[in-house]
Amino acid sequence: MAQSTDQSTVTQPQLKPGWDGIVSDWSSDQRSFKTASWHKAMMWIFLLSDTFVFGTFLLSYMTARMSTAIPWPNPSEVFALHVGGINFPLLLIAIMTFVLISSSGTMVMAVNYGYRKNRKMTVLFLLVTAFLGATFVGMQAFEWTKLISEGVRPWGNPWGASQFGASFFMITGFHGTHVTLGVIFLLIVARKVWRGDYDVGRRGFFTSRRGQYESVEVMGLYWHFVDLVWVFIFAFFYLW
Amino acid sequence: MERTETYDETLNDAAQQADFEDDDSLHQHHPLKVYFIVWGWLFILSAASYFVDYIGLQGYLRWTLILIFMVAKAGLIMAIFMHMKWERPALNYAILLPPIAILVFVAIMALESDYTILTRLTYFGTDG
Repeated sequence: MAQSTDQSTVTQPQLKPGWDGIVSDWSSDQRSFKTASWHKAMMWIFLLSDTFVFGTFLLSYMTARMSTAIPWPNPSEVFALHVGGINFPLLLIAIMTFVLISSSGTMVMAVNYGYRKNRKMTVLFLLVTAFLGATFVGMQAFEWTKLISEGVRPWGNPWGASQFGASFFMITGFHGTHVTLGVIFLLIVARKVWRGDYDVGRRGFFTSRRGQYESVEVMGLYWHFVDLVWVFIFAFFYLW
Repeated sequence: MERTETYDETLNDAAQQADFEDDDSLHQHHPLKVYFIVWGWLFILSAASYFVDYIGLQGYLRWTLILIFMVAKAGLIMAIFMHMKWERPALNYAILLPPIAILVFVAIMALESDYTILTRLTYFGTDG
């Protein structure tokens, strides 16, 4: 730590606003993301790569649906639910959407309480988020079971174009996997907050970097991204 | 060579130290009110897109409304919940510009799909 005066130049660079800022950030020495830690920047770049995964899934679904001469099954009817003798179109999907949006809201609360160093509330909201995520996966499992029992397969279905099943299982399956992984990591982060790892800067088991409350925010980035992907799936697969 | 390594190590230490020490100016710490407002809007927009299906709108009106609600929701989530509004533009553009390649791909595959379905209708009737 002989060059401790360097710290001020590392952590507080001269920042310009607007387009000048973009140019000077990107053409500067050492790092382009001046205010975002590498932890956060790397999560963003991972999410960008994930965007391409889901983007190409939706793209191949579009190609399949546009190029088939056989009518596409009507999602409004396929995903309808009978409640008390009345047929509600897309009811389960709508509930799943609201559950996921609620979980995004509770995640935001967890991040906020994390930066306030309120461990109890942070853990509480992380657990609520994980619970809502698990609920979402549970409803998705119910939906898959229902469709499979009705005869939907990746290679065919009773209502129309056979590509419907392949698109459905691939897209919702990949999204459900992301939610499941998110729930697991939410529980891990909740445990770390509960134990006080981020207060004492305890080193993590994988990267041996010091734990900090920013980890909750980075976890939140992943979770909001899962919600974000669902917004697109909801619009393009279920509503289109 | 040796000198460079020490310099790098010092920088790394300083960066890690800076990461660990809580510098409030670098952290995303905002009043709760804005989150509640966005949360409410996300519910409203989701309900609106569900009602597009519920009342059975069809054609271009349906597609336009679905896209408007979708983009609004995505924008709110990224700007507020994911804090892009408060990040440096250098990061935001690095994340937001590359997906344009997907949109180009979409345009290419839409043209390709048109060609495929025309071929199928011409040579296979409606059985393709």
